Amino acid sequence: MTGATPLLWMAVVVPMLAAVVALALGGRAGERIHLVLLPAGLAIAVGIAVQAARSEVPLHYHLGGWAPPLGVALRADWASAAMLLVTAAVMCAVGLYARGPLGTPKGVGEARAPYAFWVLLPGVWAGLNAVFLCADLFSGYVALELLTFGAVPLVCLDGRGETLDAALRYLLFALLGSMLYLVGTALLYGTYGTLDIGLLSRHLRGEPALWIAIALMTTGLLAKTALFPLHLWLPPAHAGAPAPASAVLSALVVKAPFFLVVRLWLDVLRGGAGTPAAGLLAALGAAAILFGNVLALRQARLKLMIAYSTIAQLGYLFLIFPLAASPAALTGGVLQAINHALAKAAMFLAAGLLAERLGHDRVAGLGGAGRAHPVPVLAFALAGVALVGLPPSGAFLAKWFLVSAAAQTGQSWLSRVTDVGALLTSAYVFLVLARAFATPVEPLVARTPPARHRDAAALALAVLAALLGLAPLAAPGSASGVSQVDLGKALAYAVSVAALWPVAAGAALAFALSRRTADPPARGVLLALDRSLRQWPVAGISLAAVALSLGAAFLLRDARW
Amino acid sequence: MSTATLFGVYGAVLVGIGLYGMIVQTELLRRIVAFDVLGSGIFLIFGAVARRGAAGGLASDPIPQAMVITGLVVAFAATGVATALLLRLSASAEGVARRPEGPP
Repeated sequence: MTGATPLLWMAVVVPMLAAVVALALGGRAGERIHLVLLPAGLAIAVGIAVQAARSEVPLHYHLGGWAPPLGVALRADWASAAMLLVTAAVMCAVGLYARGPLGTPKGVGEARAPYAFWVLLPGVWAGLNAVFLCADLFSGYVALELLTFGAVPLVCLDGRGETLDAALRYLLFALLGSMLYLVGTALLYGTYGTLDIGLLSRHLRGEPALWIAIALMTTGLLAKTALFPLHLWLPPAHAGAPAPASAVLSALVVKAPFFLVVRLWLDVLRGGAGTPAAGLLAALGAAAILFGNVLALRQARLKLMIAYSTIAQLGYLFLIFPLAASPAALTGGVLQAINHALAKAAMFLAAGLLAERLGHDRVAGLGGAGRAHPVPVLAFALAGVALVGLPPSGAFLAKWFLVSAAAQTGQSWLSRVTDVGALLTSAYVFLVLARAFATPVEPLVARTPPARHRDAAALALAVLAALLGLAPLAAPGSASGVSQVDLGKALAYAVSVAALWPVAAGAALAFALSRRTADPPARGVLLALDRSLRQWPVAGISLAAVALSLGAAFLLRDARW
Repeated sequence: MSTATLFGVYGAVLVGIGLYGMIVQTELLRRIVAFDVLGSGIFLIFGAVARRGAAGGLASDPIPQAMVITGLVVAFAATGVATALLLRLSASAEGVARRPEGPP
């Protein structure tokens, strides 16, 4: 058995080094460093993916030559390799896009926002790679904190009071989450004397300390990933940040805590969490899908709509836990995470381009954008196709994995949830498109000349997302199980009435809604519910309630140990 | 009750106070302080774990101590970032007209 490769430490150290150098040399140099860093980071990720596909065992690297339990190890299985690759792809597109709006202006020595951005972007990259590669739970904690410290200041790059408020809210809630996670690691170490994921999974006994630790850690991670009802920080933070920062936050940063939940539940517990607890996570996911999508449909501003759509899309990821007995579930979950990363980054970049050119981001005022600015609207449309789950996007394949795993394990209620989710998603995607192709109230005046490379960055991500479903053709014999899928069967399902009626119904709903000329009314039961759930004390109590319910659900688990 | 258990109980009490403070306090600075109390409680628990897990003639297990030092650095950095954001916020117009607690 080999699988040892120095590429793993390079994936963390190279972006970190770039962040340190940019910090010392300033924003202009930081931007230039990315001309080298982006291709280098992409090459490292591709190298790891190629080696992971060839190797029969997961790749690993022992820092300083010390093996666990004494040393710290990095580890990459197919899921890590896939997440590293999509991170590199999104970073490249965002780095390309940000050349221009986040360049240091001529004649100015140093500007605050560009300086911060070009230092924080590689910092976030290093943090993400560290989370995807960590082999023990304490390294996971450090990596998550590194990521949070990089991500929080990205929210308030423009220094406006409301974004500072959003950033502080994000930071404090994330810290509350990481403290819960840290208590869990202390309990686990105290019980088993190790935090290495592989060693832990071999030594587990079903003790109360284990279940308390896992309940606390999972709740902390849910707070950081903003699963409903712990989403108080996400809409202001993701909608208030500048477009390239929003793209990184919404596409990648919220996936990192989810990835650690997968490590905890599928690698440490090896699916032994029991039906009630897994059902609880899936129920929260289902609530997130319904709630997030309906609220997205009700938003007047495009960026807020996309932020609420992220809340809904995160819900899909948590539907996989009751299906954990089937290997297809994890494949579907990772595929969904990748699809959402590419599509959501493309959507935020496209929304940023539209907002710059129209001077606002009100959905009701998009009239004429389709004719005047076709490339961003096309990018939005393709990303929308990927979110709705039409073939050949990644979501279509992810949904196929989910639906077949649900059918195998007799949990077809999950398929009904995804149907309603697809209906609502297609409603807001088509609503935006219907608005963009409507006749403008007054002739559009172009505010800024279009920059080709920035249009191309958004479009490239959207095209990748829309074609991701063809991945089985490109991944022969991989451990992920993607290549075992029968693409013909999946396609036949995707074009059947069962899969297409929600999309058609959503489009009809969008058409009905688009006949209204004004912004949607800012009242209603759901909006009021959202406002109260996003009060800090309510969210704190929800956090405690989730932790307690998870603990109770663990006690009800099937007797496995 | 051994010393290690006593420290563990102290740690648990601090965690409780910190959690309560972070959820209930409306003033942002108090929330940051509550976070630090919570962190200190967790580090105490780590200390108790280290003492209990000691083997091979050592006074205590060094690995949890290494984790505490790492955790201290992280908590220090977190407090720094949060305080810096709070200072910027209080200097902005929103901070001057500090409205009652609620989402923006």
